[in-house]
Amino acid sequence: MRITCPHCGERDRREFYYRGAAVDLDRPAPDAGEKAWDSFVYLHDNPAGETRDLWYHEGGCGAWLVVTRNTVTHAVLKTELASQARS
Amino acid sequence: MRFSGLRVLKEGLTGNKGWTPHWRDPEPKAEYDILIIGGGGHGLSTAYYLASEHGLTNIAVLEKGYIGGGNVGRNTTIVRANYFLPGNSEFYSHSLKLWEGLEEDLNYNVMHSQRGVINLFHSDGQRDEAARRGNMMISQGDDAILLGRDDLRNMLPYLNYDSARFPIYGGLYHPRGGTARHDAVAWGYARGADQRGVDLIQNCEVTGIDIANGAVTGVQTTRGPIRAKKVAMVAAGRSGQVAAMAGMRLPIESHVLQAFVTEGLKPCIDHVVTFGMGHFYISQSDKGGLVFGGDLDFYASYAARGNLPTVEHVMEAGVTLMPMIGKAKVLRSWGGIMDMSPDGSPIIDRTDTQGLYLNCGWNYGGFKAVPGSGNVFAHLIATGNYHENATGFRLDRFRTGRGIIDEEGKGSQHNLH
Repeated sequence: MRITCPHCGERDRREFYYRGAAVDLDRPAPDAGEKAWDSFVYLHDNPAGETRDLWYHEGGCGAWLVVTRNTVTHAVLKTELASQARS
Repeated sequence: MRFSGLRVLKEGLTGNKGWTPHWRDPEPKAEYDILIIGGGGHGLSTAYYLASEHGLTNIAVLEKGYIGGGNVGRNTTIVRANYFLPGNSEFYSHSLKLWEGLEEDLNYNVMHSQRGVINLFHSDGQRDEAARRGNMMISQGDDAILLGRDDLRNMLPYLNYDSARFPIYGGLYHPRGGTARHDAVAWGYARGADQRGVDLIQNCEVTGIDIANGAVTGVQTTRGPIRAKKVAMVAAGRSGQVAAMAGMRLPIESHVLQAFVTEGLKPCIDHVVTFGMGHFYISQSDKGGLVFGGDLDFYASYAARGNLPTVEHVMEAGVTLMPMIGKAKVLRSWGGIMDMSPDGSPIIDRTDTQGLYLNCGWNYGGFKAVPGSGNVFAHLIATGNYHENATGFRLDRFRTGRGIIDEEGKGSQHNLH
């Protein structure tokens, strides 16, 4: 698996730390309640197919990325900076 | 048909013409008392114990592929009860006891081999942790022996004891641990359930779960609808998709774990040896192949195959630990889909839907739990009460934060285990 960092270009998967589902971009408000926090922390979609997850370019530029990829084929479909994906 | 030494002798002398299929291939009926979604190790053992211990036999196991084709046939076959925390400790102890009587119980040779499991440690701090874990295992009623470096060297002379990064200080030896033949476990439970009247329906994928007024009423499948008042979801890495049909999202993330086997070699590794610091563990199969693996690839995946960086890491760790295996040729590698839970411990519970039960979250340790998991899950389905050895595996522990079973002390969050 190779991931294209918007800053650094195509790199080996080993340069990246995997954080998990990109729901982390939609953090609930502190007082959003137990249900919202349970959903945010634990109850992710876990799809077989296309997914969006967060990777950190640990061995490169240090950017957080949102990677769209397929969990069945391991194909990487799209990479964008988390800072841009959030806005 | 019962298996016996006499029977093997007789069949051997008469051309092996008397053997019959181990289980029937029935058409699904329109209705059952209990449906089990998933014909893997846990689903089959659940069906078996429902029939053998609770006398419930109007049961179908629905398997989308074939019996033994999922994780139960893709693991590294290790059986052990060396857990530390209450919740896990009594459960795996219960499971190991079932293992010890399994072959007689099933009348099936599952090649259970109690060759001993040894967890290596590499510092004073790790030795203390191993001693503490060993004491917990002993107080649970299981066995553990703390081996120093010299004792360990007598048992495992082939390890590299003086690696600069991870010098070996000793190991925690669990003599009752070992391995079993994974396929035979699936086949033995399948045969045992079938003999008691359970229908094993293969090539039957569940495509929907029917719910009316908050209670489950049956399922839709590729072989037609089937009604039932109780439905058990036991789908391992695919649990998320199955639960989604019931409108649930689970605290499960599916990851890939790789495993490897070498060409057959003469007997050289007599135990299961785990090198936690290097993410490596190994045993030798009865055919002679070295069966080994490491850690997850660490990204969500349903591919049932992994990437090369993990392959490289596992091989490096293996050769670091036991240089003698450096010349062994790897025959094949594969990956399995692991249902990872946030705290690394399983879920065996009811759901908010009446009659719908859930068994998942086995992470990368489901094989040793096959007897125990089916046994306690059958108890829950049949009696409505949690089995005394499985009271901790609650689904709501993540939401409430109470009763988290974090064996590794890493935290309760996806991607930590």
